[in-house]
Amino acid sequence: MRHNALYTILFSGAVCIACAVLVSSAAVSLKEDQLRNAALDKQRNVLFAAGLAQTGENLDASEVQRRFEGIRSVVIELQTGERTGIDPTGFDQAKAAKDPSTSREAPENRASVKRLPEHALVYEIMDGERPSMAVVPIEGYGLWSTLYGFLAVGQDGNTIEGITYYQHGETPGLGGEVDNPKWKSLWPGRKIYGAAGDPVIRVIKGTAGSPADAPHEVDGLTGATITSNGVTSMLDFWLGDSGFKNYLKQFQEGQAL
Amino acid sequence: MTAASTKTLLDPLFESNPIALQVLGICSALAVTTKLETALVMCLAVISVLALSNVSISLLRNFIPGNVRIIVQLTIIASLVIMTDQVLKAYIYEISKQLSVFVGLIITNCIIMGRAEAYAMQNGPLDSLLDGIGNGLGYSAILMATAFLRELLAQGTVFGAVVLPKVHDGGWYNPNGLLGISAGAFFIIGLFIWALRSWKTDQVEPEG
Repeated sequence: MRHNALYTILFSGAVCIACAVLVSSAAVSLKEDQLRNAALDKQRNVLFAAGLAQTGENLDASEVQRRFEGIRSVVIELQTGERTGIDPTGFDQAKAAKDPSTSREAPENRASVKRLPEHALVYEIMDGERPSMAVVPIEGYGLWSTLYGFLAVGQDGNTIEGITYYQHGETPGLGGEVDNPKWKSLWPGRKIYGAAGDPVIRVIKGTAGSPADAPHEVDGLTGATITSNGVTSMLDFWLGDSGFKNYLKQFQEGQAL
Repeated sequence: MTAASTKTLLDPLFESNPIALQVLGICSALAVTTKLETALVMCLAVISVLALSNVSISLLRNFIPGNVRIIVQLTIIASLVIMTDQVLKAYIYEISKQLSVFVGLIITNCIIMGRAEAYAMQNGPLDSLLDGIGNGLGYSAILMATAFLRELLAQGTVFGAVVLPKVHDGGWYNPNGLLGISAGAFFIIGLFIWALRSWKTDQVEPEG
């Protein structure tokens, strides 16, 4: 069909406006639900890491809220591990890590972390007045993707209580087995730091044995050496000097009260 | 329903399947078929986008200026896809997280624009709706079958329920890692195309 140029321009304009209105009204009206979902998903994974919920359990918003009552969210200064007065509800660590004014370049690391935020959001599981566990965020590159997760550390700032990943794009059945509850159950009881005070926990090739026999080693994921190494690298980085080492030290000394 | 509209709806299942005969939409068929759950949501998303885009383009077909028709089609399709993605993020966050970019990539799924250009531009809205749903179902049939085989053989589960207990979890089944990765889907889809063309020999392309 032939039309003159003016018609074509007007028609295209009308289509653009109609589509723009549709898309933006969908985005605006659904935004609240989406943000709530994302926040809920993160909270759920904090619960998984801390062992306060099991994978496969049906956790709706009110149930997550209930279990979160005994958890304190704290914004700390990453470098020193000191707690800050920053309100955790409005704090977005991923955003802070991107903003040049609230982050710095990360030292070279095998976890492929590019920027380090000045502040980090951690969760303390309260047991009465004293926190019994700290849950810290971890992230790092595997084979195809960056893995995002949480690690729960016990009162001694050294014993792992649990690990979970809430976002990754590793191969299902191979590297994707970081989600396997059986593999995750190998973590509790392992120790992070060696005699020299540096993180020595690592994922090895093959079978490691019980936490008592091999306190610093965890079974590798079959057929996923690179993802396994990625997990080692990110723990090494996030539990080391650039990461949460100072915070965990203070946590253990009880200064984190 | 008349015989003609039944044909419009059901032909894309086997006679002119978008994946098997037209070999369109392969990229997403490889990416989202590791699990039945994600494949199902992807299928529903594609069916709704395809149906809605066909209807809206068919309604506008007499007004769309010929020289900008492709870009108008694309604008409509892209808007529908973004809206679908937003709805998934708001209501089934878990699954939309696993589908990641692939919902957004429905925009580039050739089936959708192929149907808009080849069918909706020439036919009325009701027929276009049936054509959209039909082609969506044809896409879904292949996707679900592929996802069923991949999830079963690579992870030993069907919709997440354990059918073949893995050695790793104390069972007897040694999972097939090849089917877990995208290349594995190529084999399955290839076998489907072979099977379909052995059954309906008129689909075989002439050599030469």
